[in-house]
Amino acid sequence: MTEPLIFELSKAGRRGTTLPPMDVPEMNLDEMLPPEEIREKPAQFPEVSEVDIVRHFTRLSQLNHGVDTGFYPLGSCTMKYNPKVNEDMARLPGFAHLHPYQQEETVQGALELMYESDKYLSEVTGMNRVTLQPAAGAHGELTGLMIVKKYHTDRGDHKRTKVIVPDSAHGTNPATAAVCGYDTVEVKSNQYGGVDIDALKSAVNDETAALMLTNPNTLGLFDENIEEIAKIVHDAGGLVYYDGANMNAIMGIARPGDMGFDVVHLNLHKTFATPHGGGGPGSGPVGVKDFLVPFLPKPLVELNKEEDKYFLDFDRPKSIGKIKGYYGNFGVVVKAYSYIKGVGGEGLKHASENAVLNANYLMRALSKDYYLPYDQTCMHEFIVTPKPYKDKGVHTLDIAKRLLDFGYHPPTIYFPLIVEEAMMFEPTETESKETLDDFIQCMSAIAKECAEDPEVVTTAPHNTPVGRLDEVTAARKPDLKWEPSN
Amino acid sequence: MNYVPNTDKDRQEMLTAIGMSSMDDLFAHIPDNVKLGRALNLPHGLSELELSRHVQNLSKKNSNLEEFSSFLGAGSYEHFIPSLVNHMLLRSEFYTAYTPYQPEISQGTLQAIYEFQSLICELTGMEVANASMYDVATALAESASLAGGQTRKNKIVVSSTVHPEYRQVMQTYAEAQGLEIIEVGYSGGVTDLAELAEKVSTDIAAVVIQQPNFFGCIEQVEKIGEIAKQNKALYVTAVDPVSLGVLRPPAAYGADIVVGDAQSFGNPISFGGPHVGFFATTKKLMRKMPGRIVGATVDDNGRRGFVLTLQAREQHIRREKATSNICSNQALAALAATITMVTLGKEGLKEMATQCINKAHYTYEQLTRIKGVTGKFNGPFFQEFVVESEKDIETVNKGLLKEKIFGGFPLEKYYPELKNSSLLCVTEVKTKQQLDDLVNAWEGLA
Amino acid sequence: MYPKELKYSKEHEWMKVDGGKAIMGITHYAQDALGDVVFVELPEEGTSFEANEGIGVIESVKAVSDVYTPVSGEIVAVNEELLDAPELINEDPYGKGWLVEIELSDAGQLDDLMNAEEYEQFLKEEE
Repeated sequence: MTEPLIFELSKAGRRGTTLPPMDVPEMNLDEMLPPEEIREKPAQFPEVSEVDIVRHFTRLSQLNHGVDTGFYPLGSCTMKYNPKVNEDMARLPGFAHLHPYQQEETVQGALELMYESDKYLSEVTGMNRVTLQPAAGAHGELTGLMIVKKYHTDRGDHKRTKVIVPDSAHGTNPATAAVCGYDTVEVKSNQYGGVDIDALKSAVNDETAALMLTNPNTLGLFDENIEEIAKIVHDAGGLVYYDGANMNAIMGIARPGDMGFDVVHLNLHKTFATPHGGGGPGSGPVGVKDFLVPFLPKPLVELNKEEDKYFLDFDRPKSIGKIKGYYGNFGVVVKAYSYIKGVGGEGLKHASENAVLNANYLMRALSKDYYLPYDQTCMHEFIVTPKPYKDKGVHTLDIAKRLLDFGYHPPTIYFPLIVEEAMMFEPTETESKETLDDFIQCMSAIAKECAEDPEVVTTAPHNTPVGRLDEVTAARKPDLKWEPSN
Repeated sequence: MNYVPNTDKDRQEMLTAIGMSSMDDLFAHIPDNVKLGRALNLPHGLSELELSRHVQNLSKKNSNLEEFSSFLGAGSYEHFIPSLVNHMLLRSEFYTAYTPYQPEISQGTLQAIYEFQSLICELTGMEVANASMYDVATALAESASLAGGQTRKNKIVVSSTVHPEYRQVMQTYAEAQGLEIIEVGYSGGVTDLAELAEKVSTDIAAVVIQQPNFFGCIEQVEKIGEIAKQNKALYVTAVDPVSLGVLRPPAAYGADIVVGDAQSFGNPISFGGPHVGFFATTKKLMRKMPGRIVGATVDDNGRRGFVLTLQAREQHIRREKATSNICSNQALAALAATITMVTLGKEGLKEMATQCINKAHYTYEQLTRIKGVTGKFNGPFFQEFVVESEKDIETVNKGLLKEKIFGGFPLEKYYPELKNSSLLCVTEVKTKQQLDDLVNAWEGLA
Repeated sequence: MYPKELKYSKEHEWMKVDGGKAIMGITHYAQDALGDVVFVELPEEGTSFEANEGIGVIESVKAVSDVYTPVSGEIVAVNEELLDAPELINEDPYGKGWLVEIELSDAGQLDDLMNAEEYEQFLKEEE
């Protein structure tokens, strides 16, 4: 079942919309532009009527699976329910139709929302100030490392060229370090999935700029040695960076600021329920302790208490500068603000507690049919593998594809790299016990197929709009756009 | 508000199933002195009605672009957004989906991105485009990074007529990456070619300009391209996508990398974000392009399908060898742009651009007739222009505000030599009445 | 699996020496680990490299591998066929899947390489 490309639906003369007639005197283009700059051939945008456009995109949407369609236990992504009221709030004209360069007295509501969001996120993370400027998690990581870099060079310390990253880290961590001009030093995990303390001790020295870590880690396990880890790095003169992707495990229970972290980034599109949008837009605020506040990107929103007016503070001489145009993904921040306001402080804790309960419940049940590499209490996510079915020729990819046949989005697969054939599940708190029980039954049925009829698993999916796609040819002979002759 | 479906009873059953008795047991292994041990110091939750009221009140403390007549541009533009865009965007299969790593159930997202890539290539004339970037400022920063890696040189020449915020972002990235940004001044509102020729040498990785530039003026893109080519530097242009309805595509004047912001198509300004950067380039640089890319392929039954491709370049595979750390794109914002571009269609795009340039010129003519208001630069422009006021510009804008008009953007903040100059933008959404009201209001200021 | 007349490096490259020149490629083990090769980035003829320097990149759907030259020398030939048919590396890693030909600047460096037996042993230890 394929949907034609919108270009393939095009017919000359059709229009999706019209504009009002020109109401000012019209001049020829060559009276206003140098002739060589005038476009000769119009861009070949398709010509389609409104009804066909709407049908096209409606049908495309029906080829997708979203959280609203069903269970989406993608580990490390926190696919929790996206509250609808937040969508309405971000679309209010008083937020959606604001220009970033309007006079400050005309945007006091927007500035107040940003100021309050800064305070809320600081409180949740145990940091002192938060910038809302980064557009995504990876962007927040980059911002955080730039702050680390400036902190060291500002102190006159130019020796620190290395960033330590655990072997279980998300790919954005070492990539960010590289983009920021750092060399990465990988440190091993111990048998419990935590940072190997001895390995860390030998890895730190006076060239260490920072350690990038997430806690709970990418295995879904809380590293109980976190205070010692932070101390080892601090004693060597480095800073400790918290990848906030797993924040949904600990809200209201523990805070990175209290564990010894100096700088954190958050993913509003994970922990704070803003929609993933098929791959963005997200928002990756960065929080820091007091001593790093001067280096935050500018501007920050401040409150002039005497006049009771919010303003944008650009007077920040030690700032790393700007990492994005304007002030960040404001429209996404509105949704997160609305979420926090809606559930309240107690609701954030409630979310984390239930996320962890759901994960442990699911883990125990799945461990009956699948291999559990870390048999201990997990946090909000966990890993199992199809090791028992290895000799039947079944791989993680096959199980993922078979789940598609049952209407489920698969877990995260082949991550983290330190576990062979990993399947990482993160149910989140917004799933009911019944949803989990149904899923458990399904995974159990698949396990039975793996043992008794593995071919139905290894040749899956069977019921999806398209089957397994040829990714090799897609990479060898890239076809990245529509060609008019097609 | 509570989005957790499970009740205490459900929780009890689940705890029993895993051999625990209370929720606290789940966190028993976390060291005590790391535990928060108190409630979060945040307000209590609200019901939906209370929440809605509170947030609406906050939004009403802002004066918005529907109530006020705005002549602000400077990188964020008011253009017509057809109603159907929002209806499509609110289809939850689009917005509650994640990154299309499992292509079999993400064909909607993937095909929409392929269409976006195709439209950007059509618009710019370039051979390949990616699935979008955070915004144009970061897209420029990434293009500088690409140029540095590709040419193995570490100097980037950037015109001072590129948006000051884009230059600031480029500077922040450049510092972290050991690149040097060299600025070239302007003359008559456009890049000073003599100074450019002086500063561009074979040491330069890329030459970066904006078309139309920050002042709204049309740059001499052919000549600039020649200077870049002669010195084997990459030619990078940041373009306004709507302007390409009347201006020739950058591929025609030899651009190697074209970036821009597709916010103008289907995305409300939203106080500066989320917007949606685009990044297009030549086949030669295709494998160096940052960000996600969607490609067409077939499944085992020969049916056409779409997948994320060339992923080997990306962070999750390259890790410390990646040349960019970008993970997400701006999928939903790109979807809005895609839907708008096809709704406008071939004729609509041309019409929108034609209206923008005509209305801007009309406004310019009328404004510069006012005593004490002069056009600052004499060259051709698209939808934005700079005027200089004898009167203090902040005072002018204050006066206009009283008439519910947002005047232009005062330039002194970023260009100290342009005191009392203001950048005004006029797009197709403005009626002649609004333009005349601006002129009358300005004229009427005591 | 591992032709006896070739020499092998720890980075899973093989070399076929002929007088002062050597042809190199990647071993069966390496192409198997990479999976289906989708793209190969090769150096230009005439460029010189030191031993253990990266000379190119081999990209598969799921991984990217740097290719190192075990020896110093100048690239005198490059396998252009790989640009259109990168799969040759998977199909025939020791034959049509060759990468480059190098003119050796220090033949002594060849002594640091392993023979087929030593390489197979090395692979067993890696696992």
